[in-house]
Amino acid sequence: MSRPRKQIHLAAHFPGVNNTTVWSDPRAGSHIDFGSFVHLAQTAERAKFDFFFLAEGLRLREQHGRIYDLDVVGRPDTFTVLAALAAVTEHLGLAGTISSTFNEPVEVARQFASLDHLSEGRAAWNVVTSWDAFTGENFRRGGYLAQVDRYERARTFLETAHELFESWAGDEVVADRASGEFLGRADVGTFAHRDRHFDIEGRFSVPRSPQGRPVIFQAGDSEEGRAFAASSADAIFSRHATREAGQAFYRDVKGRLASYGRGPEDLLILPAATFVLGDTAPEAEEIAHEVRHRQVSGPTAIKLLEQVWNRDLSSYDPDGPLPEVDPDPREHTVAQGRASVRMHRDPLATAREWRARAEAGGLSIRRLMVEVSARQAFVGTPQQVADEIDELVQTDASDGFILVPHLTPTGLDEFADRVVPLLQERGSFRTEYTGTTLRENLGLPALRTAAS
Amino acid sequence: MTQQLHLAVALDGAGWHPAAWREDDARPTELLRAPYWADLVREAEAGLLDLVTIEDSLAIQTESYSGYDDRTDRVRGRLDAVLIAARVAPLTRYVGLVPTVVATHTEPFHVSKAIATLDHVSGGRAGVRVQASGRAHENRLVGRRELPGTDDLLDEVADHVEVQRRLWDSWEDGAEIRDVATGRFIDRERLHYADFEGRWFSVRGPSITPRPPQGQPLVVVLAHEVRPVRIAARAADVVLVTPHSGEDARSEVERVREVEAAVGRAEPLLVLGELLVVLGDTEAEAADRLARLDERAGGPLSSDAEVFVGTATSLADLLQARAEAGLAGFRLRPATLPGDLRRITRDLVPELQRRSAFRTSYDGGGLRERLGLARPDNRYAPTGARR
Repeated sequence: MSRPRKQIHLAAHFPGVNNTTVWSDPRAGSHIDFGSFVHLAQTAERAKFDFFFLAEGLRLREQHGRIYDLDVVGRPDTFTVLAALAAVTEHLGLAGTISSTFNEPVEVARQFASLDHLSEGRAAWNVVTSWDAFTGENFRRGGYLAQVDRYERARTFLETAHELFESWAGDEVVADRASGEFLGRADVGTFAHRDRHFDIEGRFSVPRSPQGRPVIFQAGDSEEGRAFAASSADAIFSRHATREAGQAFYRDVKGRLASYGRGPEDLLILPAATFVLGDTAPEAEEIAHEVRHRQVSGPTAIKLLEQVWNRDLSSYDPDGPLPEVDPDPREHTVAQGRASVRMHRDPLATAREWRARAEAGGLSIRRLMVEVSARQAFVGTPQQVADEIDELVQTDASDGFILVPHLTPTGLDEFADRVVPLLQERGSFRTEYTGTTLRENLGLPALRTAAS
Repeated sequence: MTQQLHLAVALDGAGWHPAAWREDDARPTELLRAPYWADLVREAEAGLLDLVTIEDSLAIQTESYSGYDDRTDRVRGRLDAVLIAARVAPLTRYVGLVPTVVATHTEPFHVSKAIATLDHVSGGRAGVRVQASGRAHENRLVGRRELPGTDDLLDEVADHVEVQRRLWDSWEDGAEIRDVATGRFIDRERLHYADFEGRWFSVRGPSITPRPPQGQPLVVVLAHEVRPVRIAARAADVVLVTPHSGEDARSEVERVREVEAAVGRAEPLLVLGELLVVLGDTEAEAADRLARLDERAGGPLSSDAEVFVGTATSLADLLQARAEAGLAGFRLRPATLPGDLRRITRDLVPELQRRSAFRTSYDGGGLRERLGLARPDNRYAPTGARR
């Protein structure tokens, strides 16, 4: 008997506040009106996606000390939007990024347990750590943490949150009218946690939620991030949407699970991916080309270059050659509130590589930035895109994808209408939701509950 | 002309009587489920009420001031009130949604954007009732060791609200310009740093969330004595007071007005009186209900608010009489849910309508407008330009 076909997991990422999102398109809608969130979430649910995902950034980005104004600016509160979306969807998972740096474990645990109750078991938490004093200026407990401390604090934050989620077994509320017993025991929710970062105790106020705890996501490519995911996460977001890089990442992370007493089915690997569809392959390429140019306008190209160069390059012509001057390798001061500046850990090497590429192709600053920032993972006809996604999943380059539309809020419509049915025909994607919780729909093993 | 009353209902668990969960129509196993809250808020909306508040606290419920009470015969466990409000917002259109938020320990930046988002999601119906939390067992939940005095706690609440408000204004209306020609999504001249520095926190801003539809969502403070009244006068739009007689109501309102003058407040606070209500078709039935509830609870109901026991008609009499003391309306705490809420929406409201003392339909508009409060100018916008 042949092994059942591996099932693809798909998620819809609400378009973010970077230049992937093309707000200049006449069809582009609001990033704040609730209607936009409803549209994307209901499209994702109509297409039987696993979950909706909302990112978070706790300080508006700045460049040269001024608020960055070329990309979408402004977003809602994650928890509030997800709770509201629970009212207009029935099966779709509701995932949000919440920082472990600028929150207390008790608050975050309360909010996620509440979201899980209010959505009947559809909550997911992308645990991130914040990296900078810049963001910390918005918070009473804000401030800089060294990279190693960040993961240490994130780990212990998550551990503490788990202790809170587990502090109710799930059978305490008896609500027996006749006897007058509401609780079966008095000391419900009791917890105490003491370590270098947290010294807290008391009784947690939210009874056990339908999933026991939210599904835990982790994003992060560093050694510490991979180890954190392998030890504690249910899914990891990655940037590796190509086959070789995807397979290498997949092997690496899944290979780490055994040392934490976990199996390969305990952690899903879900790269983020953009897509462009066309009726023919050349048409898709043409649309993709146009989208890339909209994503990287002349002014945006200069700003992106500054994020690597760490210098003011405003006097440069985006249609001209790269600057003669090298990047300033000192501490990055130009762009703040942006994780991507950390991707270029050796800006001088990046500059050398880009210069070579620009010279070889005769590329202007803008054309180079279009090339190096190109993000579309899937470009083609619906059939091509469906084939490619399925192939990547079946060959263990990923367990599915988090799709990032470049248009708000209608950017997923065509994918839902034209690609999903093809994946369903192949038997690689569900035609109906089968689980009652997000955890079940993701095919994750049941939690060992405190009550059982 | 007969005074038009504003009516709010305070939602909490199975109701405000400790034995409420044992009533036949109670849904004690559903208190953590969305349909329960959706039904309650829809009922309030069917009754054309101004707003609902939703109680909350950082710690689990307790009747002991000094810590956990170990009781097993009362409702224990609750959900985050802001998230309940968000969950019911798409299911309702008119009724105001005012969750309780603890304004000590918590981050004003998070709370500000959460309430702003609730306002966006609800189309301008959001408010926030801020409360202090400073008991020892609550502090230990977040690892705070020092026990601040009441004045410090209240100051922290006032600062918290100040930061929330600055952040709501940190985006001028219309700051999102989407100017394709210049490639600018926003006009950053219309975004502002909050730059708050206080004893408990400093917050730079701007908010990550654009200015909410109401400009400033409604801020509500419950005040039992003069110190919280001062905080309300500095920071709130609505103050809830707990008079136990008409005379009391008059002096509470006078005190509010004096404090307003003392702190130099221009717009008067909207003053709502609090009442815990046990209703019945007859006076005797209401009294019987309370007796039954008290017996099940193992003792008489005690409350910071006056307890009203009687018919909807006699409650309407009391509300109208007490309103003459200068109250703009009332926040009613139903003894049981949904029982006393239904008696409010189905008996009291029609009675007040017959007396021309309550609206007969919702007009459009947001929560502030319904309460007769203007949409505030943005503190950061250039004078004259109401953005």
